[in-house]
Amino acid sequence: MSGPVRRADVAVGTALPEQLYRVTRADLVRYAGASGDFNPIHWNERVATEVGLPGVIAHGMFTMALTGRAVTDWTGDPAALVEFQVRFGRPVPVPDDDEGAEVTVRGTVAALLDDGRVRVDLAVTSSGEKVLSLARAVLRLP
Amino acid sequence: MALDRELVGRSYPPSAVYEVGRAKIAEFAAAIGDPSPLYRDAEVARAAGHPDVIAPPTFAIAVSLEAAMVVLEDPDVALDYSRVVHGEQRFAHHRPIRAGDRLVATTTIDAARTVAGNDLLTARVDLTTEDGEAVCTATSMLVARA
Repeated sequence: MSGPVRRADVAVGTALPEQLYRVTRADLVRYAGASGDFNPIHWNERVATEVGLPGVIAHGMFTMALTGRAVTDWTGDPAALVEFQVRFGRPVPVPDDDEGAEVTVRGTVAALLDDGRVRVDLAVTSSGEKVLSLARAVLRLP
Repeated sequence: MALDRELVGRSYPPSAVYEVGRAKIAEFAAAIGDPSPLYRDAEVARAAGHPDVIAPPTFAIAVSLEAAMVVLEDPDVALDYSRVVHGEQRFAHHRPIRAGDRLVATTTIDAARTVAGNDLLTARVDLTTEDGEAVCTATSMLVARA
């Protein structure tokens, strides 16, 4: 599709292109620096396992950012995203190898609202497990 | 320790001004792997109707989460920070954050409750410009596990 998605292009049930993102330890270090979230559970295996995690996990906000990419890549206009919410249901462990973890984002238009707004419901999984719940975006489309 | 419900509605003084820089936006966009030129090229952003490069939708957390820490530093909020995890996050964008914005964060406790020994605290951070223009409301639910 060329140009931003328009309200006339979508209906309840319209699916967003599925996106697969790969997340490595290096990505987490870079995200820590960019976001200012230096919690060691996102880069230090010893601290992560001491607090009962299976190992280093991705920042929940990093997973949310990837989910946002799937939405803004689809609309072509990041400014269209007016509301965005998630619940962090399950951590995304990121192994210490070159492959890292995979995060898959699927989205579907769930409701047409007033004012040209539409609600997109998002399903975000890693290794087949749902990692975000109540993940929703409200977009104001032209 | 259970959270006191009387904390609900408590608001904290506005933060110092956070000046949004183009390089910080570009750094954040690179960190989330997003190649969009709207986050890097002011000419492309202007052609799309923005005064300068805009920030990705979750960039607001880089400003809001630090502001929300004022709640955890409140002696009346007896949360064990080493047990705190991020439970939920919500953004309401009044307009995109953009380079050159001088943002002020005001934090308010929206909810406080204890469920099965876990303390759940919801902090709302209203980001406005220095002049009072509403930009983004970032709401974080933090969970201190029992």
